[in-house]
This record gives sequence, C-alpha cells and structure tokens, in this order.
Amino acid sequence: MSVDTDRTITVTVNGVPREATVPVRRLLSDALRHDLGLTGTHVGCEHGVCGACTVLVDGDPVRSCLMLAVQVDGHAVTTVEGLARDDHRGGQVLHPVQEAFRECHALQCGFCTPGFLTTIAAGLEKRDPAAELTDEEVDDMVGGNLCRCTGYANIKKAVHHAAAAMKDDAR
Amino acid sequence: MKPAPFRYADPGTLDEALAVLSAEGEGAKVLAGGQSLLPLLSMRLAAPTTLVDINRVPGLDSVEVTGNGVTVGALVRHTALLADDAAARVQPLLARATANVAHPAIRNRGTTVGSIAHADPSGEMTSVLALTDGAVTVATPSGPRTVEWRDLFVGPLETSLHGPAVVTSAFFPALPDRSGTAFAEVARRKGDYAVCGAGVVVTLDEDRRIARVRASYVSVGLTPEVHDLTEAVAGKPVDSADWAAAGALARTLVDPDTDIHASADYRRLLVGVLTERTLAEAAAEAAAKVTGE
Repeated sequence: MSVDTDRTITVTVNGVPREATVPVRRLLSDALRHDLGLTGTHVGCEHGVCGACTVLVDGDPVRSCLMLAVQVDGHAVTTVEGLARDDHRGGQVLHPVQEAFRECHALQCGFCTPGFLTTIAAGLEKRDPAAELTDEEVDDMVGGNLCRCTGYANIKKAVHHAAAAMKDDAR
Repeated sequence: MKPAPFRYADPGTLDEALAVLSAEGEGAKVLAGGQSLLPLLSMRLAAPTTLVDINRVPGLDSVEVTGNGVTVGALVRHTALLADDAAARVQPLLARATANVAHPAIRNRGTTVGSIAHADPSGEMTSVLALTDGAVTVATPSGPRTVEWRDLFVGPLETSLHGPAVVTSAFFPALPDRSGTAFAEVARRKGDYAVCGAGVVVTLDEDRRIARVRASYVSVGLTPEVHDLTEAVAGKPVDSADWAAAGALARTLVDPDTDIHASADYRRLLVGVLTERTLAEAAAEAAAKVTGE
C-alpha cells in the first residue's frame, strides 16, 4: 500500500481527460484553478459554508473546497466552464440556467455565480422537467449558496425561468 | 487556508486500511466524506500525519433494512439515506433528521457514519443514534466489535475509539409499535449548524394514553444524551396531554453552553419550545397509528 505526499491524477474535466501531479493536500478547488487553469470556480470561504466553489463530481454538486484533488482521480468533474454546450457551428450556447441568470439579472458582482449555476443546473437536470417547481424546492436548491449583493429574489426568479425553458426543451 | 502537509493512502480493502492505520500510528486519521474533517484541516484545527481514505473500500456503501432496524454502511452519503424509503419506514427519524443535515451539496458527499464518528455535539445523527438506542460496528486489527452509543461519545469531537479502527456501520433500531417521531431545528440559515435541535419519540399504550416520551437534543451539551420526559405526561390521553409541561421538564434537564451563536439561556428556551412542538407532532403521528390498528 503506497502512502504518498504527491500523486499524479487523471480526471475528466468538462468532458476532457486531464492529468496533473499534485501534492496530496491540494484541495480540488485549488487544483482546478491553479493546476488546470480553470478559474471559473471561485473560492470564497474555503470551509464549505458559502457554496461559491461548488462543482459537479460525477454529476452531483459538491463543495470543491471540501474535497482533495486526489479524491477525484478517475472521476468526472464539471465546472462552470463546462455548462455551455457546443452549438456545432464553432461556437457555444449558454446553458438554460446561464441564459436565465442573464435574462433575470440574477448576478451583479458575479462572485457567487459559478456555484449557483452548477448547483441549479444539476438540480434542474435531476428533476422531472414536467413536474411543477415549487418555491420550497427552489429555496432548498439554492439555500446552501451565499449571495451578498444581487439578492435572492432575482436568483429564484431565474431558477423558475430556467425550469420553464428546460420544460419547453423537453417537449 | 490550506491543510498542513500530510501523507495519503487510499486502500482498496478494509484489511489494508487497518494495516496502514497501524503502520502510520496515532497521527493517522480515517477520511470518508470529509465534510467535517476537511474544514478542520484547512483551519489547522487538526493536523493528522496521514489520511487513510476509505472511499475505495468495497462493501461499505449499502443501507440494510430489516424489521429490527437499519444498518447504514460507512460510505452511505446523507443524500442516499435521505432517499431510502424502506429505511424511513422502519425508523422515520433517519430521514427526518437527515433532511436537517447541512445543505444538499454537502449531503451529496458527507456520510452518516462519518458524522457519527466525528462526534460533534451539533451533529444531528449522533443524537439520532442515541435516541434510537443505536450502536456502531468498528473494524480493528483484532476483529470487529460493537460499541453502544453510550460507550462511544466521550466529549466534543472525541470518541472512545483509539488505535487503528474504522467505524464500518451504524445500526439504528426500528421504531417501536404505537410510536411517532418528530425532529426540528432552529438555525440561522436552513442547513447551517443548529443553534438548537430536538428529536423525539412518543409511544402510546393501546388506549391511546402516553406510555413513554424520550427526547435528544442537538447543539446542547458536550455529548448526545437522551432525556426521559414521560413523567410530565404519563398516562394522559394523547389528545389532552400537556406538552408544555414536558417542554418545561426538558428545560430543567438540559445543560447547554453559551457560545458565539447563542447563550445557554436562549438554548434552554429553545429546548422547551422545540420539545413542545415536536412532541405534539410525534404524538399525533402515534395516535393515527393506534387508531389505524
């Protein structure tokens, strides 16, 4: 059994296999930003309270500051950079949640936004798009993410807006 | 805020995990979900020499439900336990309490058993283990052993487990017949650590009279405790029981601390309020079962 201080890991990040050699104490949030150059993941409180660093690991939202980079070896990570889709014409189309944030003015300074986007995208993709989205469900979805400037009214509006768009897409 | 340097191993079997823990000595620490441990490392409140990550160990991620109770494996995430309808039928406190554990993104990663092994008095599942009279199974180099909840919790973030040991599962006994449960918390923000939380079990006799009332609290006291509140309402018909009297009794039994989040007096007040509220809810559930018999 090897007991290591550094490790080389292979992670599928936003659909692309990436390799990095990291000290075992490297947090996933720091590995994404510093080792892989994906600075879309923002680092706020660094102890799991604010939600700014939320990414998807194998499709589920997790705090990237509460995981070690070595723990995602062999897994798939989606960051905010991976939400937009290829439009097959050389460009990208925003994820419905990103589109809704723009439409509803759900971001102001933008610091907390990557964590909200990943959390909400996964939350909406996991539910039945035909089922009515209740305010309570939205509160539960975004309640673990702190926003201190935009305010939650427009963020919650954007969640409903995105859900409606995804419902239309599913038809 | 970064963890101090440590060494890391991710064994593929329980035997390997125990071997590494033995070889690395007292400074080694087991890593499961890490949702409580990693903040401690980042804030340098803990600096283990070695982390032994058990996430690759097979066979630890199942919830087993029998008529006797629910056994939760060490790698079962809170999210999985929350979604387990069979477990909720046998012991409803599991889902009710788990819904109060942190936020969804943390529940996706954090484990129920890890939360118990962490022994934080503000943890929900430590209280539920106590209230249900549960126990944990611990793997050690000399074989597995069972540790009852009363023998497990020594102090805040401290258990009686020493030397190489991995808590492999927790067992929560089934809810007794003619019983109802409830769980409620007061927190600054839903999902944050509770200022105070309460879990209760109310058991009725065949004539819908109160037979037994027990409660356990979150963020109250240094280790989880179970308080018997039966004497305040014993023998009373369920529909006319004085739950405020049970709440008043609870206030005299607890010994909360003052900290940055709340004073001891405020916590004691919350114990009374939450006890009264949850008992009424649990009693109504129990009454519906007796009526349905």
